[in-house]
Order: sequence, then C-alpha cells, then structure tokens
Amino acid sequence: MNNEIKTLINENYKLGFETLIDSDTFPPGLNIEVIKAISLKKDEPSWLLEFRLKAYDYWLTMKEPTWSSLEYAKIDFNSISYFSAPKAALNSLDEVDPKILETYEKLGISLDEQKLLAGVAVDAVFDSVSVKTTYQKVLEEKGIIFCSISEAARTHSDLLKKYLASVVPVRDNYYACLNSAVFTDGSFVYIPPGVKCPMELSTYFRINALNTGQFERTLIIADKDSYVSYNEGCSAPVREESQLHAAVVELILLENAQIKYSTIQNWYAGDENGKGGILNFVTKRAKCLGDNSKVSWTQVETGSLLTWKYPSCILKGDNSVGAFYSVAITTKAQQADTGSKMIHIGKNTKSTIISKGVSALRGKNSYRGLVRMAKGADNSRNFSSCDSLLLGSSCSANTYPYHDIKNASSIVEHEASTSKISDTQLFFLKQRGIKEEDAISMIVNGFCKEVLQELPMEFAVEARALLDITLEGSVI
Amino acid sequence: MLEIKNLSVSIENNKILKDFSLNIKAGEVHALMGLNGSGKSTLVKTIAGHFECEITNGEILYKGENLKDIEVENRANKGIFLSFQNPCEIEGVNNSYFLKSALNAKRVYENKEELDTLEFAKLLKEKLDFFNIDKSLLKRDLNAGFSGGEKKKNELIQIMILKPDLILLDEIDSGLDIDAIKTVSAVINSLLDGKIAVLMITHYDRLLEEIKPDFVHILDNGKISLSGDHSLALELDKKGFEGIGKKDEKFN
Repeated sequence: MNNEIKTLINENYKLGFETLIDSDTFPPGLNIEVIKAISLKKDEPSWLLEFRLKAYDYWLTMKEPTWSSLEYAKIDFNSISYFSAPKAALNSLDEVDPKILETYEKLGISLDEQKLLAGVAVDAVFDSVSVKTTYQKVLEEKGIIFCSISEAARTHSDLLKKYLASVVPVRDNYYACLNSAVFTDGSFVYIPPGVKCPMELSTYFRINALNTGQFERTLIIADKDSYVSYNEGCSAPVREESQLHAAVVELILLENAQIKYSTIQNWYAGDENGKGGILNFVTKRAKCLGDNSKVSWTQVETGSLLTWKYPSCILKGDNSVGAFYSVAITTKAQQADTGSKMIHIGKNTKSTIISKGVSALRGKNSYRGLVRMAKGADNSRNFSSCDSLLLGSSCSANTYPYHDIKNASSIVEHEASTSKISDTQLFFLKQRGIKEEDAISMIVNGFCKEVLQELPMEFAVEARALLDITLEGSVI
Repeated sequence: MLEIKNLSVSIENNKILKDFSLNIKAGEVHALMGLNGSGKSTLVKTIAGHFECEITNGEILYKGENLKDIEVENRANKGIFLSFQNPCEIEGVNNSYFLKSALNAKRVYENKEELDTLEFAKLLKEKLDFFNIDKSLLKRDLNAGFSGGEKKKNELIQIMILKPDLILLDEIDSGLDIDAIKTVSAVINSLLDGKIAVLMITHYDRLLEEIKPDFVHILDNGKISLSGDHSLALELDKKGFEGIGKKDEKFN
C-alpha cells in the first residue's frame, strides 16, 4: 500500500492501521482524510479531489430522506468502510459458498465462468482482462472509449470534468451527494459522433472481478448520431452483512444519439427476516440534450433487501424520447420503492413507463413515478402503465404516481392494475401436468413479458432464469 | 379405469355430491347429463383434484390407485385430462410454449426425453393438419382474447398432444356451431382405441350423435337418478328433464 495513504489513515485511525495492512480495506468511518485517501489511491487529478470534498461538505449539511415507503434501521455512515481493494483470492471453488455455486449452476454459467465470477482463479481473472483488451482494440479503432471511471480521470480528464455531475448535480439528493464524495469505481463510456457501437458493452465481469464498488459511478456520453447498448449485470450475490450500495449513473445524449441501458440487479437479498442483504440507493438519470435523441432504461430488480431507485429521463431536446421498462420482484423481507421520472422540457417529446411489480411472501413493492410537462413542452406525450402482481396474502403493492403538467397541449396517460395470481390459472396449468412452481414462473414471466422483451437476447435469458430462482420457494 | 365409490363432495360446506358411485372401464364412453347445479362439473373437478372440492366421504380409484393424496399435476401426468367449461386466459404466456411445457412435463414424469422445439413443432403440425385446425391459435397468448369456440379448439389441441387415458369433457360443445362440434367429435373419435375412456358432460344430444356413448347417466341433486344407453339421451332430448323425472317416479 501507498505510504502516503498509510500515513494519512494512520493519523486518524491508529487502531485501524493493522486492519488496513491485512485486508487492504479502509477502516470504517467517513471524514476528509478518508476522501483524500481514496483520491490519492486512485491517483486522481486535483479537480476531482476538490469535487469530492465539496460534495462531502455539502453532504454533512443534508438529512437522510424519509419520504419513501421503505422501512429500515437508520444507517450508521461511520460504521461503513469507504474503500475496499479486491479481497484475497480464493484458492479453489471449494472455498466458495455452495449456495452461490448452486445459483450459478441454475443460471447456466459454466464452471470456468463460475471461477471467474467468484474471483477464484487469478489467471482466469487475467483471462477476462485480456478478453476485454481484445475488444478494446476494436472499440478504439472506432474512437470509442470504454474504461473504468478511475482510468478516465487520468486519461480523459477534460471529458470527465465537462460531464461529471452535469446530469445528477452533486447536491441532487442525499445518496448521490454521498456518492460524489466517495465513489470508488464504475464505467466511463464515450461514443464519438456518427459511431454505432458494434457490440453490447457490459460491466458483468468487471464488477464481479473487482469485488469492490459499493459506491459506483458510471458516466456514458453518446455524441451526435451515435448509438450504444450498455448492460449492467450483477449476478454474483454479495455475501456480506447488510451493506450500503449507493451508485450514480449519468447518461448524456447529444443530437440524434441513442442509448439503451439495461440492468439486471441481483445483489444479495438478505434472509427471510431481512437480515443481511444490500441497501440499494441508486440515482440513475439520462439527459437528452440533443434534438431527436432517444434513451431507454430497462431494469430487472431482484436482489436487494431495499431498493430505492428511480431511473429518470430529462427530455430537453425537441422530439427526444425516453422510456423506462421495469420488473421489480420482492420476496422474503425485500422492499422496493422504485419507478421513474420523466421530465419533458423540449417540444414533441415522448416518454413511456412500463412498470411490473411482483410481490411474494412478505415482499413490499411500491411504484413511485413523476411525469412533468414543462411550460415549453408543446405536444408532448407520456404513457405510464403500472401493474402489480401479488403472490400470497402477506405481500403488498402500492402505486404513487405524481403528475405535474404545465403545458395544455401535452397528453399524459396513466394506467395501473393490481392482481393476485389466480388459483384458477394455477389449477389450469397444473391440470395440464405442469408443476406448481413452474406454473407460477410461467404466469410471472408472462406478466413481465413486455419488459423482458426489451432486454438484449442473452440478458433476457438470464433474467428469466433469475426470476425463477428468485421466486423459488415463494409459494404459499 | 375409474371407480368412484360412495363419493360425497362439498364446496364451501355445501354438499354437492351425495353418495355418488360410478364405474368406467377402459374403452367406454360415458355421458353425464342433468340440470344446472346437479353436480356434473363438481364431479369432474373432484376427479382432477380441484382445490374447491372437498371429499367428505368415499373414494376415487383411478387405474386401481386411490387419488386422494395425489397432486393435481401428477393426476394429469398419469393420464387424467379435464377439458374446462371456461378455459382460463393467461396473458403473456405463448400458447405453443405452454403446450410444449405441458407435454414435456408428462414426458419427464414418464421418464422419457423431452422434445426440443423442432421435434415439438413437427408433432404439432402433423396433428393440426390432420384435423384442419387453425394454427394461428398457437402463436397467441394462452386463451387470451380467444372466442368461446377458439378456447374449446385449444382444449382439443391439448388433448391431441397430451394423449390422456381418461378424458373428462365439461360441456366442450357449449357455444360451438355444428361444424365445430364435428371437429370435436372427429378428434375424440379418432382417439377412441378401446384403451382410453371418456366422461362427457353435455346438455345436448347433438354431441352424442357424433360421439356415441356406451352409457348415459342422469345426475339429479348429487346422485345418479337414472342410467341407460344412448336411447336415454334421445328420450331426454324429446321430453326434457321433467318428462324423464316423471318416468323416474314411476320406477320408484
């Protein structure tokens, strides 16, 4: 470890010093020195350190929001460690929790990939890095930048400086502000004008291999007439005790640009009693700066104990289009408060919200969405459809739509439905020889079809498998 | 194949079937007639294991095995098929995918290899072409937005693919025109190979003209009040239940 960091930490955390050396993890607690240490560890330019410190200053004045329907014990932000380097590599698959291996098996991930995901074999991890480099060459030829945000801070500092926090301002909300102060890693993507990214960009392996980043920061810039499809997948369950995950994702679209952003979120959900699991407070926002730009968020949320997430679109350019397709599953003691914000500013802007919530056991699912038509958003349209499916009688579903309409020529439509999985449907399928669990999976998949078909092919297959696993044993 | 002994069934504490007995042998076709509310649907639902039907007395033996503790899906995989009066709609579930899942569930139960998509498509095409059934039904979601007739045709497709041993038809003819009834009959008759058995509930003689029953039973207030051969159905068609009921009294 870097000597300067050692010194920095040592000054404030004399007791934590030993731990730091052993595990390469910062001791719990948040203060200016920790932020300086993160920045130093990443060899960041000075403007970024200033950015972090300003954010931290402001965060100290903020209060944790309480408006969501989520119930959880107050988070002690000083009990969290804000930087964790990769854990010591495990020597063989035998050291991995068998439950996790079982899950991989069910997902159809091969043994080699399992090793990769579990971060077992170092050489395998190296393999994946080299795979990525191969792609990087193809991408570079087209002028596409795809790297970690830490790397971008060193190699593309100007671009990062120009766009970082331009969509989600530092002071936007409590968690985004915290993220701005302490973010560790994430992706940086730049697609140059007129370039159609030739492959799906994905963070699937990278996030798993690094085994860090409870505070991810991702920034994607699609320049004029460009296109990119970006997939973010976390199929590796995190095994730690209740853990905070506060990410910020910003998308910027210039004229005629298009971004498809797909997420399969499968962090550790905690047990039946809500012990362990991830507290997921995420700010995702896209800004359609240019005319005729087009953005879509597709998410399948299955994993966290808590989900607090509202992927949003600011439709500034005329004729820009925003879409949000979401499946959120809550079972055991999971709670989700999720939805979208569509902010129509430009003329003839269009947005679509399709939200599917599935609750089982004691799961609690809330849709919360805002549609705003600004004064100048002439002839703009929004269509929202929020459907909830309940399995059993101990779960719940709520819908909180907010509409703020300041333009008389715009049209806003909202549909909502709540239904219980019907015994009659189940009996019908079972009478045809289909097992109860398969029957439920069939009905749930059917319910989510509209959203799942928006996912890229391979991702959709994974999502389906994941829905089945998540709902396994959820039948009452 | 099916022995029902002194069966009493309640739905939400209302006694529907009372001390009901019936034997059906392999190769036989039985028709069950009776007024609405006499317990016809309850009988076939009980055989299939419907969650509403509570057996308070008696037993049902299928191929010599008591059905009491056998799960709904296993009863199906053992060859019991219930064609529903109102097949339910399931949005988002592709009909063909559903059919393949059902067939493969049965094949797995029988320790056979599952059919892949191509093999299944081939099987399906053979069956449907033979009876000239509209294949577009397969591309749609399971019964979603189907007309009454389309739903019944879809039940038939399921029968053809699953090839059950005991077919329970709950008013498969209701709402069908003559041509459709002919298709239904052609399919059922083609399956009658002396090994399978059929129990069909119907109000009308038209179906019975096409599928000739070996036995006709009149169900009245949870019990069989009269049994006979096809001529009983013809008489019923002429005189109505009341006419037959009077005749019933003479017998007593």
